[in-house]
Amino acid sequence: MKKLSARRRHPLAAVVVLLLALAATGGLYAAFAPASKAQADETSQSLTIKEGKKLYEVGCASCHGTGGKGSSDGPSLVGVGAAAVDFQVGTGRMPASTSQMAQIPRKKPVYTQAQIDQLAAYVASLGAGPNVPTKQQYGPEGADIAKGGELFRTNCAQCHNFTGKGGALTKGKYAPSLEGVDPKHIYEAMQTGPQNMPSFPDTTMSEKNKKDIIAYLNAVNGDETVNPGGLELGGLGPVSEGLFAWIFGLGALIAVAVWVAARTAKAKKS
Amino acid sequence: MSSQDIPEENLPAEQDHAHGAVSVADEANPFADPGLPPHEHRIQDIDERAAKRSERVVAMLFTVSMLATVGFIASYVTISPDTSVYIFPIGHISALNFALGLTLGAALFCIGAGAVHWARTLMSDVEVAAERHPIAAPAEVRAQVHADFKEGAKESALGRRKLIRNTMLGALTLVPLSGVVLLRDLGPLPGTSLRHTLWAKGKLLVNMNTNQPLRPEDVQVGSLTFAKPEGLEEADEDFQNEIAKAALMIIRLQPGNIKDKRELDWSHEGIVAFSKICTHVGCPISLYEQQTHHVLCPCHQSTFDLSDGARVIFGPAGHALPQLRIGVNDEGYLQALGDFEEPVGPAFWERG
Amino acid sequence: MSTNENNERRGKAPAGERVADWADGRLGIYSLAKANMRKIFPDHWSFMLGEVCMYSFLIIILTGVYLTLFFHPSMNEVEYHGSYVPLQGQLMSEAFNSTLHISFDVRGGLLIRQIHHWAALIFLAGMFVHMMRVFFTGAFRKPREINWLFGFLLFVLGMFTGFTGYSLPDDLLSGTGVRFTEGAILSMPIVGTYISYFLFGGEFPGHDFVARFYSIHILLLPGIMLGLMVGHLILVFYHKHTQFAGPGKTEKNVVGMPLLPVYMAKAGGFFFLVFGVIAAIAAVTQINPIWAMGPYRPDQVSTGAQPDWYMGFAEGLVRYMPGWEINFWGHTLVLGVFIPLVLFGLVLGVIALYPFIESWVTGDKSEHHILDRPRNAPTRTAFGVAWITVYMVGLVGGGNDLFATHFSLSLNAVTWFVRIAFFAGPVIAFIVTKRICLGLQRRDREKVLHGRETGIIKRLPHGEFIEIHEPLSQEQLHTLTAHHQYEPAEIGPTVDENGVERKVKGSEKLRTKLSNAYYGEDNQIPKATVEEYREITSGHGHH
Repeated sequence: MKKLSARRRHPLAAVVVLLLALAATGGLYAAFAPASKAQADETSQSLTIKEGKKLYEVGCASCHGTGGKGSSDGPSLVGVGAAAVDFQVGTGRMPASTSQMAQIPRKKPVYTQAQIDQLAAYVASLGAGPNVPTKQQYGPEGADIAKGGELFRTNCAQCHNFTGKGGALTKGKYAPSLEGVDPKHIYEAMQTGPQNMPSFPDTTMSEKNKKDIIAYLNAVNGDETVNPGGLELGGLGPVSEGLFAWIFGLGALIAVAVWVAARTAKAKKS
Repeated sequence: MSSQDIPEENLPAEQDHAHGAVSVADEANPFADPGLPPHEHRIQDIDERAAKRSERVVAMLFTVSMLATVGFIASYVTISPDTSVYIFPIGHISALNFALGLTLGAALFCIGAGAVHWARTLMSDVEVAAERHPIAAPAEVRAQVHADFKEGAKESALGRRKLIRNTMLGALTLVPLSGVVLLRDLGPLPGTSLRHTLWAKGKLLVNMNTNQPLRPEDVQVGSLTFAKPEGLEEADEDFQNEIAKAALMIIRLQPGNIKDKRELDWSHEGIVAFSKICTHVGCPISLYEQQTHHVLCPCHQSTFDLSDGARVIFGPAGHALPQLRIGVNDEGYLQALGDFEEPVGPAFWERG
Repeated sequence: MSTNENNERRGKAPAGERVADWADGRLGIYSLAKANMRKIFPDHWSFMLGEVCMYSFLIIILTGVYLTLFFHPSMNEVEYHGSYVPLQGQLMSEAFNSTLHISFDVRGGLLIRQIHHWAALIFLAGMFVHMMRVFFTGAFRKPREINWLFGFLLFVLGMFTGFTGYSLPDDLLSGTGVRFTEGAILSMPIVGTYISYFLFGGEFPGHDFVARFYSIHILLLPGIMLGLMVGHLILVFYHKHTQFAGPGKTEKNVVGMPLLPVYMAKAGGFFFLVFGVIAAIAAVTQINPIWAMGPYRPDQVSTGAQPDWYMGFAEGLVRYMPGWEINFWGHTLVLGVFIPLVLFGLVLGVIALYPFIESWVTGDKSEHHILDRPRNAPTRTAFGVAWITVYMVGLVGGGNDLFATHFSLSLNAVTWFVRIAFFAGPVIAFIVTKRICLGLQRRDREKVLHGRETGIIKRLPHGEFIEIHEPLSQEQLHTLTAHHQYEPAEIGPTVDENGVERKVKGSEKLRTKLSNAYYGEDNQIPKATVEEYREITSGHGHH
């Protein structure tokens, strides 16, 4: 103890205290945040909805109101459909810590997929809306990648960039990067139009269109995408290329020039 | 104060003497130019073994260059252009580009490095001073040139025979006009082409994604759809020119949310059709935020409020996006009720 | 047999010498070589920036010629059937199609394309830095003003050559840039629509611009640039290179190593070094992946639509300009686009004309071959930094969307920041730079008068602590005091010797004002004089 009190004026003491406090907050958050409890295998639909309702009342109702009627802190969920829930909760956007920021970011999901399915089932029971797509809808089989590219450039690239690297919107909002996003979530986003993204319903963008787009995105921004020329520099176009040319291109050449022009070491130092 | 008062060891010139500088310092001026410092030898100048080492390094660099060129040719012959490799931390890249680039780079760099190392370590490094000569000619040359010129000018009689001078200037001025005239056929005159698009009364709005005409019930609130005029196909000769003016952005708002009266009048059940071409410099503007109803241009960030007549709320655009008046035909398809009433795209002098 | 041998033995001169003799008889190369073979070049890394530019220009020409062997400058629509799967079956112009062919099906084609493009970015960046080196060291002064203009023209033409080249593949990104160009041309009062229709052969995009840009990109502009570059080099040889002040270096000489052999090896070697570095960059770093961008269609676009960096300044001006538009008598004045267009020319024009402004202010007619240290020309340096600030603010403005996303800022906030910074930035930069320069001048003065601070603390017998100052060597003293300091101009007597009042012209007043802003009190620190030095060194005895 003596040792501790002797060191409390150490310049790093404040940092240590801050770290401890952060760790404690994190621990408390982990303990009280909606825990990922294992769910018993229930096949009955009504039971799933019931479980979903329970989860909803604990984790969602404070903003979205009881029965999904909405409140000043969150929109009504009647009729948004299971796809919207699967997207919002599955990408970790919901539950959001606050509704005050310009845009709710993607983060690590809080609920397990089983819990998400229960929540989705409950919200879907509140009013008809788009269902969670099946693997057959968003899978790569039978997709036309080139057509998907054309559709992507017409409908998506204006916000999400040529290959889905994301881009800026007004007042701090942004179109997120599509890198590493589950094809299912991409499909759901097109169907439901989360946050400020417009929706692309089946009536104007067919199921096949969506499948093509997802296949294209996987081809140009997937794990196996080949960038034949080398480092893609973020895939952002001329701004990052220009920075690279200045810093590494001209930088390297100036370093070489310094060597070329430098005096050779002399035999003796006077 | 005279120089005798200064303690001698404080005069830098004195120190230079101690070091055996070649130049003789100016007693009167401690800031005087002491002249070029004496040449000092490099290790290579006095130690033959060091010089040999340098020679070997240079030869090695040239040899590496030769090997790299052999590697370049070998890569060209053996690696197929569609082979890809994973190279940490670059990622999946073309094996051929990587191999060719690095071998070429090494072959060139080693030649350069060898030459420079040779120059730096083995060629003489004695600094030499070369004199500069004034650039302007001496006075007599100047006078001579002036006189020669006057003589020549007088002999040509250009100053005296004004008629020759004036007609010659006239001819020389006119002759380039032929060149300018020849440029006339670079393109047609604008006429009113910037004011018209393919849209006309009764033309159906065709969905860009499905190539099918749109019906009102297809377009949901919060969705975004792009449309082209019926009959325009991508394979058409004039597709690019026409779509550059006719591209359409279709959204649906709750009619109650539409603040602008004309926008409401020109809509159909809250479905509004705006030009997709930005009024700033013509980028296809379509970054639509469905909650704010704002649309942003990705090129220069002009922002338009689609619920308020698409007026400009931010950025460099000077006027609102033109709206297309739409309705529904007898078969229940969305149709245009005429062309745009004002020119689409960037503003121009004759726009008015 | 034997007579032949005899003949060869008699003409014993080596083959090279005989060839040279032959050439001299026809070209007079010996007189040329006499003047230039042992030409002296001073060694300094910053003197090689120009070489970076020259070599990257040569690399661009070499690789560009290769690319023309495969590129089809045509806008005819074709269907793609090459090896890049995500575009198969798409309609595109032949220009785009052939660029894909170069990138995927010509072995080494991608490498040459990437070398060409990287070299272009580095060429322009090199010219910018080279130009700033010349500016801040005052190397543009008499007799080099014309060469400054040559260099400036090379920079501007380089921008447009780069822009036309960037537009050739007819991909979605460059097509968006061409669309922007069309919009900017349309904004020009009276002639805008006509110029646009003549340039594009009618309505945008038409079927002509790739072919037209092609001849501009590969023939017209590079031809002019090659001529200017040769002129630039001839003048460098003719004027002989500038040098920094130092022992043995005067306005009347140039100190360094001879062209043959040292500079030949160094400069020749440097070409290979530059080429090697750029080839290595092209091996590992992708540039302008047009296949990812897709063919151009005027109704499609991607976010992050920016030009190459050298046009970023213009892009920035356009992005942060407010949308002013005036309608009158059936006409539209598109100030929102036209003002940035004019500003672009003005900002560049100011730096081009600077040498003439400065020489007018100083009224100095003598030749300058010794370079200024930037601190010794505080007002010029401050002006240069202010100019760079305007340029950099433009670059930031041109990338405002990426700055917003990558630093989690609001796009609108970034735009407002650059709008304010466009006005405030250069003013702040000017003041701060000038202060720093004056501070450095003061430090040089201290160093000359009191010597270098050694960091050794000594206690004197009576208890006082002093830091030992080591007097500078004469070399250092000379180097720090060699620069010329101008006197501020004064308006001469307004009454002549006959008592007749003379009218003081406005330009003379302006010149006096400027001269005082440059060289007046508080605008430069007088360098140490011999008298001051003597007084201090004698007064203190030793430190």
